[in-house]
Amino acid sequence: MNKLSIGERIFEFFNILFMICLCLVTLYPFVYVLFASLSDPSWLVQQRGLIWFPHGLTWDAYRLVFENPMITSGYLNTLFIVVVGTFVNVFMTALGAYGLSRQNVMWKNPIMFFIVFTMFFSGGLIPSYLLVTGLGMLDSLWALIVPGAVSAFNLIIMRTAFQGIPISLEESAKLDGANDFTVLVRIILPLSLPVIAVMILFYGVGHWNSWFGALIYLRDRELYPLQLVLREILITNSTDSMLTGAGAADKMPIGETIKYATIIVATVPILLLYPFLQKYFVKGVMIGAIKE
Amino acid sequence: MPVPEKATAHTGSQAQPGFIRRVIRDAKMNKYIYLMLLPVVVYYAVFHYGPMYGIQIAFKDYSPALGFLESPWAGIKYFEEFFNSHFFWRIVRNTLLLSFYELVFSFPAPIILALLLNEIRHHMFKRAVQTITYIPHFISIVVIVGMMVDFLARDGLINNILGWFGVEAVAYLREPEWFRSIYITSGIWQGVGWGTIIYLAAISNIDPSLYEAAKVDGASKWRQVLHITIPGIMPTVIILLILQMGSLMSVSTDKILLMYNSSTYETADVIGTYVYRKGLLESNYSYSTAIGLFNSIINFALLILANTVSRRASDTKLW
Repeated sequence: MNKLSIGERIFEFFNILFMICLCLVTLYPFVYVLFASLSDPSWLVQQRGLIWFPHGLTWDAYRLVFENPMITSGYLNTLFIVVVGTFVNVFMTALGAYGLSRQNVMWKNPIMFFIVFTMFFSGGLIPSYLLVTGLGMLDSLWALIVPGAVSAFNLIIMRTAFQGIPISLEESAKLDGANDFTVLVRIILPLSLPVIAVMILFYGVGHWNSWFGALIYLRDRELYPLQLVLREILITNSTDSMLTGAGAADKMPIGETIKYATIIVATVPILLLYPFLQKYFVKGVMIGAIKE
Repeated sequence: MPVPEKATAHTGSQAQPGFIRRVIRDAKMNKYIYLMLLPVVVYYAVFHYGPMYGIQIAFKDYSPALGFLESPWAGIKYFEEFFNSHFFWRIVRNTLLLSFYELVFSFPAPIILALLLNEIRHHMFKRAVQTITYIPHFISIVVIVGMMVDFLARDGLINNILGWFGVEAVAYLREPEWFRSIYITSGIWQGVGWGTIIYLAAISNIDPSLYEAAKVDGASKWRQVLHITIPGIMPTVIILLILQMGSLMSVSTDKILLMYNSSTYETADVIGTYVYRKGLLESNYSYSTAIGLFNSIINFALLILANTVSRRASDTKLW
């Protein structure tokens, strides 16, 4: 420990310095956005360069963001997709993982191959789109839930976790007359809460952040999830004005702070949950890594 | 009950009575398990194998009124059209170049960061760095690109800072020559921390006695990293490399869709975005399915190739 050579000391110094810089580079964009969203709009448009504190603290931008009906309806749609979608995901994944983790199931390996193959080969965007529209899910939030009901990767993670539960528990329950549904609900699931937390996190964050499905399957703006609304506010509008070269409306002082406030409003829920979930997602990546 | 069952099994197939009997026994014993697997298998059949079945429209003149089956055959006309189109080289080149840069820059970045993090002896500090660098992984790509659009604008943060050093302002997202660097850099920024998790796990699985032995032999820190840590994580690196090879022809379409605009198509338009525009915006279903199929086949072949090479060269393999 204390016998570090000069070279090792120099390395350690630069290593720590590098890590500090990395953290700054990671965090500063969010800090900038937060401070800018709270600043006085007319000050912000003249501001050049870094911001280290909110100038002329004001909540106006946030008030306008929440008055925007697209944001509130987007929030509600996203909430629906996250809650219902994640429930469907976890339910289906648990069903599959249970069956494929049991011993003495004759068709287990063929079914596993049937599922894993889809990780390496897919029909592609257009056939999937035609299928989903053909099933009448165009302009329905179900189009964002059903086609992605199970992820093969998450199924493997959950299966690995289920395999780790001692078989003796299942056997003694079966002797007492329990069937597989009872075993899954009463024994396996209560013993798998960490992996279920991981699944909720992976699927939930996926639903919260996804936007492409909504772009192709939804025409009705009332159904837009938050991310698609964000895309209009943050990207489409600004590139439009960029391309037409005008951008006058965009440069209305309050417009800028509204953008920043929108980013914060859309990001905060994830960031608030983050510290509580952190210990689980590291675990999730591990379980997935043990056995591919 | 067992008697008639045996009898039907025997009369049903004389060739493999044992097999049939096992199937029936398995179906009885595991009936609830198969009942539970049913919705999952149906889901995969419909939503994954259904689209694979739909690939046939790449060889047909698809019309929505006629559907997958009834549309008339067109042979390989759409493949020829694609290979002869002047977009072919542009989108294949852009896709391959972005993947290549990802392989060269984005792939090693988390490995290097994990090795550096492993040398941090202050536990709390290490945890803090990990916690912070994982965050961007959870931020939606819409928000990330939204921030990029803002920061990289002509009057944005980056240009303001560079302006202090006399660098002339550039509208970065409108310049084709900047697209690749921005795509790769932002990808590393977002993914490097999260990527370290798997390597740090691999490092922590290395037998500590190896390091003890090396210290006794007087090996320096650098030599320990070179001869113990790096070989120790090599199987993990190879597995992830195989997976990366398998997606050499697929770059993150939804990020590019958000980032690009008509002025950067020259470097930014990739197979995925072209399929989206041709297929969904212009409704050329058969043509874009053909492009998608071309892409899937190459990805699949690359994955098998990488796996075979790795299986021959070392013992590390996906399957």
